[in-house]
Amino acid sequence: MSFSNDSLHFQYVVSKDDFTHAGSASSDVKNKLKKMNVDAAAVRKVSIAMYEGEINMIIHAYGGTIDVDIYEDRIVMCLKDTGPGIANIEEAMQEGFSTAPADVINLGFGAGMGLPNMRSNSDEFNIESEVGVGTTVTMTIYFNPA
Amino acid sequence: MAEKQQFFHSVYLDKDKCKGCITCIKTCPTQAIRVRNGKAHIIKEFCIDCGECIRHCPHYAKQASFDHMEALDQYKYKVALPPPSLYGQFNHLDDINIILTALTMIGFDDVFEVGAAAELVSDATRKYIAEHEEPRILISTACPTVTRLIRIRFPELLDNLLPLKPPVEVAAELARKRAVEKTGYRPEEIGIAFISPCPSKVTAVQDPLGIPSSAVDVVLATKEIYPLMLSAMKQARNNPLEYCLSGKIGVGWGLTGGEAAGILLDNYIAADGIENVVRVLEDLEDEKFQMDIRFVELNACPGGCVGGVLNVENPFAASSKLKHLKKYLPVALSHPEDFPHKTGMDLTEEIAYEPVYMLGKSMLESINNMVKLEKLMRVLPGLDCGGCGAPTCKALAEDHIRGKGDVHSCTELLRRYYLYGEDAFEALEEENAL
Ligand SMILES: Nc1ncnc2c1ncn2[C@@H]1O[C@H](COP(=O)(O)OP(=O)(O)O)[C@@H](O)[C@H]1O
Ligand code: SF4
Ligand code: SF4
Ligand SMILES: [Mg+2]
Repeated sequence: MSFSNDSLHFQYVVSKDDFTHAGSASSDVKNKLKKMNVDAAAVRKVSIAMYEGEINMIIHAYGGTIDVDIYEDRIVMCLKDTGPGIANIEEAMQEGFSTAPADVINLGFGAGMGLPNMRSNSDEFNIESEVGVGTTVTMTIYFNPA
Repeated sequence: MAEKQQFFHSVYLDKDKCKGCITCIKTCPTQAIRVRNGKAHIIKEFCIDCGECIRHCPHYAKQASFDHMEALDQYKYKVALPPPSLYGQFNHLDDINIILTALTMIGFDDVFEVGAAAELVSDATRKYIAEHEEPRILISTACPTVTRLIRIRFPELLDNLLPLKPPVEVAAELARKRAVEKTGYRPEEIGIAFISPCPSKVTAVQDPLGIPSSAVDVVLATKEIYPLMLSAMKQARNNPLEYCLSGKIGVGWGLTGGEAAGILLDNYIAADGIENVVRVLEDLEDEKFQMDIRFVELNACPGGCVGGVLNVENPFAASSKLKHLKKYLPVALSHPEDFPHKTGMDLTEEIAYEPVYMLGKSMLESINNMVKLEKLMRVLPGLDCGGCGAPTCKALAEDHIRGKGDVHSCTELLRRYYLYGEDAFEALEEENAL
């Protein structure tokens, strides 16, 4: 963690081998926001969007890092993984599109709704990907003024 | 009918018995207990009256307050409201009427079963579900501990609370109307006494949620009524009167899954035990259940209300006895059309979020305090040993930030200072971060 005068920064390392801990970074952020005067609706959006992104880093990529910046009026989450990348982003963003392997489908993942939900819960959403290099998703969610 | 008292608690500390042993601080699900000056104080904003500390205190220092039989002396006509969990307390019993008759022999003029009212609430719940097709999952409001937990920790789920009164309130209102008609007394001359399985329901009468005030006048404890009933029951067995108005559904409300079974759908979840309740609420909050669920029944106590700490019998034995008692009962014995009196079933007040865990009054203050918290957490040893009197290092750090505690009370850091002369707080003090 680091901090300047007006923001808080946290970094989470998401490991591919740590499947049973998948979702723990988003849950930690949620618990912090719940103690910080953030409206409940925003907390919910953050936890859904970040959870989906965190899961994708584990089931579709090889893990990576999540950088979270909390400001007075917003939160910025930057999820960066190291490959394999997405060849056709437009296709991946479609509701129901999924290449998830059968073993994770049994756990309830792979409905193809992750990326669409990440976009709909964010106020600003950006995805960049290069095949063989990795994917970076940046999401910003604004808090409702109290 | 009692005056509403905000943050009233039935659970309290008997200071003389408390040894400050820190057993309870670890068992409290809301981290409401701190040992200060050798005594385990309860932070009233955090306490949800679950009774876990009563269950675990080896010195019987955590106790529950409730009313005693004398509280009924001022009333002209006294009605007992026995909950289904009471039926599981007695041995060799195959007729609920024996219990109800015994109640009329120990000082009550009449009885009105909470189980009968529960069947009316089940009926109202079925109607509510049928009339509200939206996919919102409904969470039961019957266990006040759970409602209180949601109001301080799960604000997002407040909208999911089933907006119906708990059976005990419905029973109290109907019992009073029936008594007024029977006796011609004024409503305030009737004393309605609930026989509670838990401190949480004592609190729910003093400080109800969702209604302006409770219709219950007196809350007794099962464990105090039990010995009075034992001898009365010997006599009642010879000639039980026909009082019983609860069937399988009503009696089942005393057990986990009973309320859910009463809605006659199978897409429900029922969980019991406070840790399991917390897990289900966390997963509901995160929308982790990828299945079609309409109803969630949560009971803070193991096995349901039979596990309440004011009961006498072991919860598992009580559960088995209740199952036996309801085996040959009709599905339900109380139907709305059979009741001459009616009462509103809906909660009339909003149950609002109580942000008791907040670190600051504004977002900026919260950010600053979160920074402070992270700095403190780097210095504290992370042993969660309880030596300082707080349940975890993080709880101590949060207390410090709220001005309710001091990180210098960390016993491990004191030990290191004493043995090795390390001053862990020196750097923080220099940058004025303490
Ligand atoms: N971080 C990622 N790295 C590589 N591929 C990804 C990543 N995130 C998503 N994808 C691809 O996009 C598809 C759709 O993702 P998503 O909408 O989350 O659905 P799901 O995870 O259920 O498959 C995935 O099946 C996968 O092919
Ligand atoms: S009753 Fe429950 S919430 Fe209250 S102090 Fe005891 S353990 Fe904690
Ligand atoms: S489960 Fe029943 S006995 Fe236990 S706290 Fe809740 S209402 Fe009281
Ligand atoms: Mg996904």
